Formats: sequence, C-alpha cells, structure tokens
Amino acid sequence: MVNAAKKIPVGAHYGWQDWLAQRVTAVIMVLFSAVIIGFFMLKSGVNYVEWKELFRLQLFRILALLFLLSVYYHAWIGIKDVLMDYIKPAGIRVGLQVAVLLFLLACSIWSVTIIWGA
Amino acid sequence: MPSPQPVPRQRPKYYDLNLLHLPMPGLVSIFHRITGVVMFLFLIPAVLFVLQGTLGSEAGFNQWKSIFSQPIVKLIVLGFVWSYLHHLFAGIRYLLLDIHVGVELQPARTSARIVLALGLMATILVGVRIW
Repeated sequence: MVNAAKKIPVGAHYGWQDWLAQRVTAVIMVLFSAVIIGFFMLKSGVNYVEWKELFRLQLFRILALLFLLSVYYHAWIGIKDVLMDYIKPAGIRVGLQVAVLLFLLACSIWSVTIIWGA
Repeated sequence: MPSPQPVPRQRPKYYDLNLLHLPMPGLVSIFHRITGVVMFLFLIPAVLFVLQGTLGSEAGFNQWKSIFSQPIVKLIVLGFVWSYLHHLFAGIRYLLLDIHVGVELQPARTSARIVLALGLMATILVGVRIW
C-alpha cells in the first residue's frame, strides 16, 4: 500500500484504480465497437429515418451513452498519463489536467443532450 | 552521514526520434499513444458534431452525407479508422500481456507484427467498403 502521507498531488505510480478502469472501459468499447462495425459493414447505407429510429430506442441510447462515457473516462486516464510523462512543471501539468477534465465533462453533458434530444 | 544534497541518479537518455529505428513492439506502442492523443483532440469532438448534425434534422443528415462522399473526407475518415483500429488491436495485445500471454521476447514481437498488420488490413477493408 502507498502511504497516504507521502502522496504527491501531481505524482504518479499509484494508479491501480485508473489501470483497472482503463481496462474495464476498454472492454466495453471493444464490445460496442464490434456490434456497430459489424452492423455497418453488413448494412448498405442508412437513411435519416432509420438513423433517427435507432437513436429512439431506449436500450440503444443507454448503450451509446455507456460507450461514450467509457471513451471519456478512458481518454481522461490516458491523457493524464501522457501529461505525467511529458509535462514536468506541476502548475502547467495541473492546469492542463483540469482543462482536459473539464473538456471531457462538457463532452459528457453534450452527449446526453445529443442522444436524448434525438 | 548522508550528504544534504543528493546527486540525482544519472538516467539513460534516448533522443532518437526516428520511429523506424524502433523494434516492432516499440512502434506499436508509440502508435498506440499517438493515435490515442489524436483521437482525444480531434475524433471525440468530430464524432459529437456529426452526431448532433445528423440527428438534428434531415437537412443536416443530407449535408453530412454529401460531405462524407468527398474523397478527401473519406481519406480523413480512413485515417481516423486506422487510429481507432490500431489503438483497439494494440489495446487487446496489452490486455493479453496483462494476463501474461505473450510476454516473452519472440511472442511479443510476433504479436506486435500481428497488431500492426490487423490494423492496416481492417482499415483497407473499411476503405473498400466506403469507396
């Protein structure tokens, strides 16, 4: 276990929860992608009515949102790792991390409005 | 008594930015990272814009349909398709490495080759499909 008192706010090396979340979200994305890619590779073109009908199905809405939220959580962990690797000054790193987090939160809200507004 | 100012350990530095010098697992790894960052920056907003546009109105749907019929746009789409698929296949490889499948040098090199080939072949398949 990591001693909590020694934790550095912008440090690395204690991210097993992130590690697990990154993999769980990855599996969700792979499963959803396989279904969607299979669907569009077999079906020849989609018209507007079919496209709207798909997004009116409550089950599809929930699965689509689950997929997008997985993308955002997965991206947050990945981008945070990249920032920890390349951006050393703590202030800039935290600033960029906050910007990424706010962007992804905004994307989450936007996704809900798009899917349930359809 | 330990010295008050410890000298930082000298670490090896690697500044060769020519990716082609990397061994296959390294190439798959750096592509995994680059595609991840590129998708975060461009694909996420693009997908949301297209979803909003195509679901908003029939006019918007038809507008996006004509945009996607342009060859340059198809090429950009294929670039993102490769990014997504490479990231996906490389990710599955990491999941297998996590459960200690293929951690030896030779299998790791072979699986890296397979990942790179699968990403490219699947992209070509999608390219044939959308053209």
